[in-house]
Amino acid sequence: MVDPATAFLQGGAAAPEFSPEHSLRHAPGPYFGSYGGRWMPESLIAALDELEDTFEKARVDPEFLAEIAELNKNYSGRPSLLTEAKNFSKHAGGARVFLKREDLNHTGSHKINNVLGQALLAKRMGKTRIIAETGAGQHGVASATAAALLGLECVVYMGAEDCRRQALNVARMQLLGATVVPVTNGSQTLKDAINDALRDWVANVESTHYVLGTVSGSHPFPAMVRFFHEVIGEEARGQILEQIGRLPDALCACIGGGSNAIGLFHAFLDDPSVKIFGFEAGGDGVETGRHAAAITLGRTGVLHGARSYLMQDDDGQTVESHSISAGLDYPSVGPEHSYLADIGRVGYEPITDSEAMEAFRLLSQTEGIIPAIESSHALAGAIKVGQRLTADAAKAEDVVIIVNLSGRGDKDVETAAAWFGMLDDDGHVKGTTLSTRTAKGAAPAADENTEDATHE
Amino acid sequence: MSESTAPIQSASKSAAAIDRAKAAGRKALIAYLPAGYPDKQTSIDAAIAVARNGADIIEIGIPYSDPVMDGSVIQAATTEALANGFRVADVFDIVAAVTAETDAAVLVMTYWNPVDRMGVDEFSRRLAEAGGAGLITPDLIPDEAAEWFAASDKYGLDRVFLVAPSSTPERVAMTVEATRGFVYAVSIMGVTGARTSVSSAAEAVVAAAHNAGAERACVGLGVSRPEHVREIAAYADGVIVGTALVAALRDGGVAAVGALAKELSTGFDVPSTSNTEALTQ
Repeated sequence: MVDPATAFLQGGAAAPEFSPEHSLRHAPGPYFGSYGGRWMPESLIAALDELEDTFEKARVDPEFLAEIAELNKNYSGRPSLLTEAKNFSKHAGGARVFLKREDLNHTGSHKINNVLGQALLAKRMGKTRIIAETGAGQHGVASATAAALLGLECVVYMGAEDCRRQALNVARMQLLGATVVPVTNGSQTLKDAINDALRDWVANVESTHYVLGTVSGSHPFPAMVRFFHEVIGEEARGQILEQIGRLPDALCACIGGGSNAIGLFHAFLDDPSVKIFGFEAGGDGVETGRHAAAITLGRTGVLHGARSYLMQDDDGQTVESHSISAGLDYPSVGPEHSYLADIGRVGYEPITDSEAMEAFRLLSQTEGIIPAIESSHALAGAIKVGQRLTADAAKAEDVVIIVNLSGRGDKDVETAAAWFGMLDDDGHVKGTTLSTRTAKGAAPAADENTEDATHE
Repeated sequence: MSESTAPIQSASKSAAAIDRAKAAGRKALIAYLPAGYPDKQTSIDAAIAVARNGADIIEIGIPYSDPVMDGSVIQAATTEALANGFRVADVFDIVAAVTAETDAAVLVMTYWNPVDRMGVDEFSRRLAEAGGAGLITPDLIPDEAAEWFAASDKYGLDRVFLVAPSSTPERVAMTVEATRGFVYAVSIMGVTGARTSVSSAAEAVVAAAHNAGAERACVGLGVSRPEHVREIAAYADGVIVGTALVAALRDGGVAAVGALAKELSTGFDVPSTSNTEALTQ
């Protein structure tokens, strides 16, 4: 059998009909080239085997697929729109830019696709409790949502530092009935939340399914989470063919663990005319060391159950990542991305915080869409890709780019307000503290400080 | 460096240590301590003290940034060791020092990425040169261990894999086959940490390992008291203690950890009426 990567690079995958062994699609795991695998404690192997077995049966079970389709349509609101960003286009060299609107899904991001699938699998396995890790809170909110819908107990592990940065999402999860556990180990961010979720899973594996939020971790997670997100690319492919009658020239998506990206990319992996780009969080700049660009950094290792690109020091200790985007603030990346990087099918580049925030501002003000800061990395990438591709094109508008707008920016308003200097020294939005009215409903106590009135 | 051509099986240092204990009419006491905690020299002194007070095998743990199988006591200790400047290469000095000063077999317990980063062959060569017995690998299963098989064969090192209450008979058999030294029987579905009683699952795990052909199976996780040692000694070939020793080192220094090792080893004595309830940690 010809290695699919070799076949692709030799042009073997260019034919419209692919034999399965020449395809980069539907890679089953556990390995993607030399990446992936199961670098996990023996205690969890039985649970991973059970999950793999349940998933492999479900993915070909018409009843399960119908359940997913029904929830996607009538609960999440799929298919999500493909919106042409006609004003934003001029910032991308005049290329036509289409946004895959995962921000319009219920709970505000692509995360719901995976969570509904895994929660249904948890029920099939007879588990009554799900646990999840979360960074910015989007995956935690989606998990809490699915748990509420399907009648499962839900515990979300969240770094104490992230809890502080995303207090509103902590409240959202609690309102949905979930328990949020602040993690005070290590750097108190996403990777430490995953560590504590794994510790919980080892101890409670009989009753509990771990709903991992991205395409990393042990087999079957990378292939399974991708499966639940493939709908993004399948829809986008159909929509772009319908709207312009041909495939796009390029795809752009942001990469943390890489779930939204692989979801979009998958449908186009076997189309050599489609250039594919993943944008990692460059933080303050890769040269500063304060970033989350694992592939760009180029060292492989094992973390959280998979071999992949990994930010680590000379001793193999995980290095803390940095990004303005909590959702991209993860020191590794899904193993399939590492493979796609090595074979050259997908180009991975870093986007700095500044570049991402400029794209955030541009989309908000030219299209009336406030993107998540994660997705803003993809938009900043599209600006670069558009400028590059249009430079070589006869007509700029002949260049077509699809950007995965993986989430909406409501959760990021406070971060953005601070970034753009909209806050005063006390952290209030400037100009919002001038009212002299007594708060509505305040008790008429004559000699009490009215500031306390709303606490009653 | 000359490569050994002797049969690997007979070269197992940890198996020999277990067999020596057996010849003395008891079971092996296996003690875990983190490298570099609270500092390099104290971790050496603590390991020597434990070995001189009844431990047959010493496990030196490599502090790691993401210790998913460890509970809060060991996490706190290894985090402190890292903050105090521990480097992975320090572990070879520690192994060499403990090996030079005691008769104990010295294993290194490590999450896999530090070994992977240094290079499996390079790590193994240096460990063997330091006199180390081999590796215990909590997050490396035999399925992923091809490089480690090659290196451990090349340098004559033990490879201690874990079996758990959740392991299927097929996996127990495969793991026993892959193991050299002893099988590490995880007593409970959970992370490291002292518990008031040892799970009844432990005996079944050991029985499964023995039935699959393991000559030596030792029980770890949750063992903290002499009565636990006595209970486990009835069916296993060795007893592994970690968290309780780390807590003793934390609270009372080298003297305390040596004293606890001595107390724990009384668990191998013929059961008596003496009250061991107070010896908890």
